[in-house]
Amino acid sequence: MNAIEVKNLRKEFKAYSSRSGLAGAFRDLFTRNYKIIPAVNDINFTVKQGEMVGYIGENGAGKSTTIKMLTGILTPTSGEITVNGMNPHKEREKFVQTIGVVFGQRSQLWWDIAVQESFRLLKKVYKVSDEQYNNHMDHVIKTLDIEPLLDKPVRKLSLGQRMRCELAAALIHNPPLLFLDEPTIGLDVLVKLKIRDFLKEINEKYNTTILLTTHDLSDIEALCERVIMLDEGKVIYDGALKKLKETMDDGKEVQFQFLQNVDLTQVTALTAGMPVKWELNEKEQLFTAYIEDQDELISQLISKVVSAYKIKDIKINETSTEELIRNIYEKGAVEVG
Amino acid sequence: MKLDKYLEMIRIRFLMMLAYRTNYYTGILIYSINIGAYYFLWSAIYGSKEQIQGLSVTQMTTYVAISWMARAFYFNNLDREMAMEIKEGRVAVELIRPYNYLGMKTMQGLGEGIFRLIFFSVPGFILVYLLFPIQLSWKPDIWALFAVSILLSFFINTELNLLTGITTFFLYNNTGLIRAKRVVIDLFSGLLLPMSFFPGWAQEVMRYLPFQGISYIPSMIFTEGFTHHQAFEAIGQQFLWVILLFIPIRLIWSIAKKQIVIQGG
Repeated sequence: MNAIEVKNLRKEFKAYSSRSGLAGAFRDLFTRNYKIIPAVNDINFTVKQGEMVGYIGENGAGKSTTIKMLTGILTPTSGEITVNGMNPHKEREKFVQTIGVVFGQRSQLWWDIAVQESFRLLKKVYKVSDEQYNNHMDHVIKTLDIEPLLDKPVRKLSLGQRMRCELAAALIHNPPLLFLDEPTIGLDVLVKLKIRDFLKEINEKYNTTILLTTHDLSDIEALCERVIMLDEGKVIYDGALKKLKETMDDGKEVQFQFLQNVDLTQVTALTAGMPVKWELNEKEQLFTAYIEDQDELISQLISKVVSAYKIKDIKINETSTEELIRNIYEKGAVEVG
Repeated sequence: MKLDKYLEMIRIRFLMMLAYRTNYYTGILIYSINIGAYYFLWSAIYGSKEQIQGLSVTQMTTYVAISWMARAFYFNNLDREMAMEIKEGRVAVELIRPYNYLGMKTMQGLGEGIFRLIFFSVPGFILVYLLFPIQLSWKPDIWALFAVSILLSFFINTELNLLTGITTFFLYNNTGLIRAKRVVIDLFSGLLLPMSFFPGWAQEVMRYLPFQGISYIPSMIFTEGFTHHQAFEAIGQQFLWVILLFIPIRLIWSIAKKQIVIQGG
């Protein structure tokens, strides 16, 4: 079964612009200029039950707008959405019963009252029986380690503590589909790890589908096998993260620091005839050689350089996902063969 | 049960009010000062006159006191809260819950109202009763009618607040409208001046507006300024307004939901 089906989804916003000057301001009182901007531009994708999908894109690429349409908050301008077999906007009250949402940037707990009071209200709101609640939430509370926070008002919690409670709150009714909109924004490494482990666990235990937007690609690497990449409202890549890495991989970089004075022409001359591109970071006297990812070639390169100059430090790096994504955005599209 | 979650919301709001106790103490003080000021003002106006517009000075004082105490129950800032939630985009969180947003807001208002009724109106009224000459009726039927009447006041006032709150979806900044609405309600509801003091044509116009159902009707019932027959008629009128105001709310809300723009993020 597909948890999410999206067909030709489109959302347009009116963007008003102000005229300049006082006379312009007066004219704006009566008629205003606006442009219609598609925030989400005819996108298509499906997500299977139990998948963990990373939904990524730059700021303003249309990620949050998509999530808001998928959760039934916004009405699409055109196109079809089926989530958990329902139209999110039409059957809102029935539909939201089957999803959990965490917005990293806004709290869904009541600010002035103890966390457990919020939980109690949500338990009633989602009509969760005591038995279900105890079975499920005892475990969630233990895994996320929020037991000692339950009697504290939300305003007194740190961001990491609050996020863990938010996550627990989104799971009170054990929804089959979970939307996470930047859940790890501003969190420290330990909390991030805890949250990731927890998400993996519930995915395995309940086959929960998770759609995750984030700017932290390490989240995606740790959790998602599949990514959907969005740019200016369009899907530019949809597929396995691994494959994306393989196709986009420009090879490796080997960094050298020398004990003696060397300049760029010297090293270039040294490796003439090899498919190597050199770059120099002058401030740190760091020489970087970009080379294809072949073991043979890399050893050749290193042996040549080492035999010619005395070396202080040497490092071999793979292109990071961050760099990869940056490359994609600069190029604007991905072609996967 | 379906009502469960709404009742729970009343409890939550109750807890929230308890979290801010200082507001509550200053509130009692402000209301008492208000009532005192109006008492001295009306005593000066009455001078040696026995009655003005069919009300004696004691009835007038009672009217003022009960209007303010009833206000503690029906008054809420739902319009301002909604405007904030919409402007800051927090309404998104409300829309992913399996409940009716406006219904939940109403329940929050009711929770707030009950809190103030118990911890504010009752002790406040005892204080005022000791300080000023107030005539209290102990007839159970008057109390029953009054109870029904202020409950309906609450609904009329809340519906007007919801209506004002929803306009934020269209206007983005409706602070002015909210303030205007508040002044209109204080004046035309009979809180500051009983309706019988308005000129005849204005009274005629007011008859066709919902505002007097907010304060004038319950206060007149309590001070026994209405006969039984008049009281029943007035309550019927309140009830009619509760139903009538429901229509534009449904209408505007369904339009608003379609063209919602969530701010930020």
